[in-house]
Amino acid sequence: MDDLLLNQFLLLGAVLFCLGVYGVLVRRNAVLVLMSIELILNAVNINLIAFGAWRGDVAGSVFALFVIAIAAAEVGVGLAIVLLIYRNRRSVDLDDIAELKG
Amino acid sequence: MLDIAWVIPLIPAASFFLILLFGKRMPFKGAEIGIFALGLCFAMAVVTNVQWFQRVDDAEHAAHATSGAEATDEHAASDAATTEHATESHADAEGDEATESPSSAAEEHDEGGAAAEGGAAVEESHAGDDAHESDGGEDDHAEAGGAGGGHTEFEVEPVRESITWWSSGGIDFSVGMLLDGPAVMMLFVVTLISLLVHIYSTDYVGGDRRYTHYFAFLSLFSASMLGLIMSENTLQLLTCWELVGLCSFALIGHWWEEKPNSDAALKAFITNRVGDVGLICGVIVLFFGAGQTFDIVTINEMAVSGEISHLVLLVGACSLLAAVMSKSGQFILHTWLPDAMAGPTPVSALIHAATMVVAGIFMVGRLYPVFFQGLSIGVSGVNLLAVIGGVTVIGGAGLAFVQTDIKKVLAYSTVSQLGYMAMALGVGAWTAAFFHLFTHAMFKAGLFLGSGSVAHSVHSFDMKEHMGGMKRFMPKTYWTFVISTGALIGLFPLACFWSKDEILAGAEQLGTGYTAFLVVGLIGAFMTAAYMTRCVYLTFHGEPRGHAADAAHPPHESGPRIVVPLYILSGMAVLAGFTNLPNTGALDFVPDSWALRFEHFYEPKGEYFPSVLDTFSHPEFNIGIAIGSTIIGLLGIGLAAAWYFRGLGPHGLTERNKVARAGHRVLVEKYYLDRLYTDIIVGAVKGPIAKAAYWFNQKGIDGVINGAGTAAVRGGQFVYDKIDQGVVDTIVNGSGAAAEGSGQGLRQMQTGRVQQYAALLFAGAAILAGIFIIVI
Repeated sequence: MDDLLLNQFLLLGAVLFCLGVYGVLVRRNAVLVLMSIELILNAVNINLIAFGAWRGDVAGSVFALFVIAIAAAEVGVGLAIVLLIYRNRRSVDLDDIAELKG
Repeated sequence: MLDIAWVIPLIPAASFFLILLFGKRMPFKGAEIGIFALGLCFAMAVVTNVQWFQRVDDAEHAAHATSGAEATDEHAASDAATTEHATESHADAEGDEATESPSSAAEEHDEGGAAAEGGAAVEESHAGDDAHESDGGEDDHAEAGGAGGGHTEFEVEPVRESITWWSSGGIDFSVGMLLDGPAVMMLFVVTLISLLVHIYSTDYVGGDRRYTHYFAFLSLFSASMLGLIMSENTLQLLTCWELVGLCSFALIGHWWEEKPNSDAALKAFITNRVGDVGLICGVIVLFFGAGQTFDIVTINEMAVSGEISHLVLLVGACSLLAAVMSKSGQFILHTWLPDAMAGPTPVSALIHAATMVVAGIFMVGRLYPVFFQGLSIGVSGVNLLAVIGGVTVIGGAGLAFVQTDIKKVLAYSTVSQLGYMAMALGVGAWTAAFFHLFTHAMFKAGLFLGSGSVAHSVHSFDMKEHMGGMKRFMPKTYWTFVISTGALIGLFPLACFWSKDEILAGAEQLGTGYTAFLVVGLIGAFMTAAYMTRCVYLTFHGEPRGHAADAAHPPHESGPRIVVPLYILSGMAVLAGFTNLPNTGALDFVPDSWALRFEHFYEPKGEYFPSVLDTFSHPEFNIGIAIGSTIIGLLGIGLAAAWYFRGLGPHGLTERNKVARAGHRVLVEKYYLDRLYTDIIVGAVKGPIAKAAYWFNQKGIDGVINGAGTAAVRGGQFVYDKIDQGVVDTIVNGSGAAAEGSGQGLRQMQTGRVQQYAALLFAGAAILAGIFIIVI
């Protein structure tokens, strides 16, 4: 894989990452925030795999697999929390959930 | 037994606590504990005495052997003499063994009282054998002492045990025992008298509301006196001395509900405090004088050898004399002693015979080198101790004439006899003083218990109001009282004849100014005879008066618990004098094994006692003095008998003659000493001096104190206002405020909105990444 192709992958990852960060910061809906986190993680996965392919090293792919597995667990826990919050408050709007305010 | 003699004082001490704790629950209200404890003590004291005799004799043998060995080198002639003596005495011993045994047994009975066992008698007969040798070897003796020359040289080693009580500043304060002749003798006296007093008291104070308490204090009294006589150092002596004072206070004030009794107890205690100051000073002076030690043996050795300067000894001896004057009732601090009659009679007997008042005499005898050297007893013409003793002899005897209370007669008699002891010590007759102490303890206890027996029957101590003719009601008490009186007067061959003559001979022997004390002693003997005859007459003869004449309740003889101690004590009054039979002068026919037993066994032998000095001497028997004093005593009895029994003489003189009335008044007022103390000294202190002190207190001391207080308050206010409130609080509050402010500021950042946190996180990460890129 040449440097040009790598750059395209890295660009894709950067765009995805920025989209994810944007989603995390501005979305009110907790489910959408979770989805945005998935975007960030996948952007990282793209980077890992791109660099692994560029270096001819499988370690990148291995790490990406780990990240996918952990992301699945994270989403499971996150959705459970969101579900409980919804049941309690009939809303998943993050602006309403400010119980940790000092 | 000698090594564990230190348990003897601990037994009554334990008994004190046991009686206090369990006494009330016991069948005899605690009396049995006390009697058992004292009985045990007495048995142990007898065993201690017997073993001490053995020790003295063993030491005698040893000294004899070494002096013989030395003699072979240096003095061939004396060697020959020694061997001759040895063989001679050996032959004598064999010859005398059989004949002497019974007589020696009698002697032991005399020493050991009713408790003479067969074993003790056998032991005494051994002692008899040795006397020959010891007397024969007297010349060699001095050589042995001189040749030894070491620092600590005992001819008879005292038993010494001590443990460190506590240490402070490199000085060990120890507690222990020093068991030598005088201590062993006192052990016997104290335990015997105390035991008899215990038994007597079960009847005398029976049914008293504080019966248990009474016995508890009797035990503690005995314990503290036993502790005092066995004291190994002056500090322990001081402690026990104070304990004795405390117990006497408690017992004199036993019936404290009546004001005079509690006053008497206070007077005894406070008068003794005056002397105690002297004792404390003396102990401190001797402590530093002897190179920071309280050890009695060391102090004595250094005093004998002259290592302590004469001035220090003089100051120490004078300080200690104050203590002797108060404790042993010497003129002018004797005033508490007659008042101490307010206590129960057995207590008076105990105080006057065995414990309290002899403590002072014992202390002088214990630290005798200090007095001997400090007051230059051997060399000067006259000294303070002898003068105090002499004045007390006459002063006490004079007061005894005008008393109507039988116990007060006896109390002044004690004062007078204690004067004899002090005088004897003052003229260097140590053995005579202790011998007199020994005999006096026996017959004076007998007299007190006898007077108690009479008072028990007529419920009064007043001879003039409530007694008279008691002879027919109380024959047993009468005869024991008369025997004890005879012993006190010094009739041949009763106890005091021997001891008083030894004192008089001592006063005569030293010469050079001490002869005056011989005259004092003889006058004292005359007065003693007269006032005791008066006392016997008023109590036992003539017509019954007052309670004694009460037909509804005629007086009756006391019970066995009162009479038996009287028998024992009057028996001792007869026999005690034979313990120190002289064998010099007109009495040189007395066998050596009988003579001077008391001196032989009880006088300390060694370099801690002034007998090693040239100036120390033992009085010899003087037939002239003996006959003279007897005649004077008989004269006293005769005059008093003529006055009271026959009604001869110028009766009513005190009403007619101004001089006689004035003299009588002085005696009744007790030489105005109580007036001096209460009105003049106390009055002066209470009046102007107290006022001046109050003024000074208010104006001077209070001014300083108030000033200091005000200054402290002002200073405190300043510190509070400026430093505390200004500086410290600003810092403290400031730090608090700063913490709160920063907290409030930081609080704003914690919105609780997760997305904001995430934004900050990303912003931070981005900044870090930027730095990372720029740096790398």
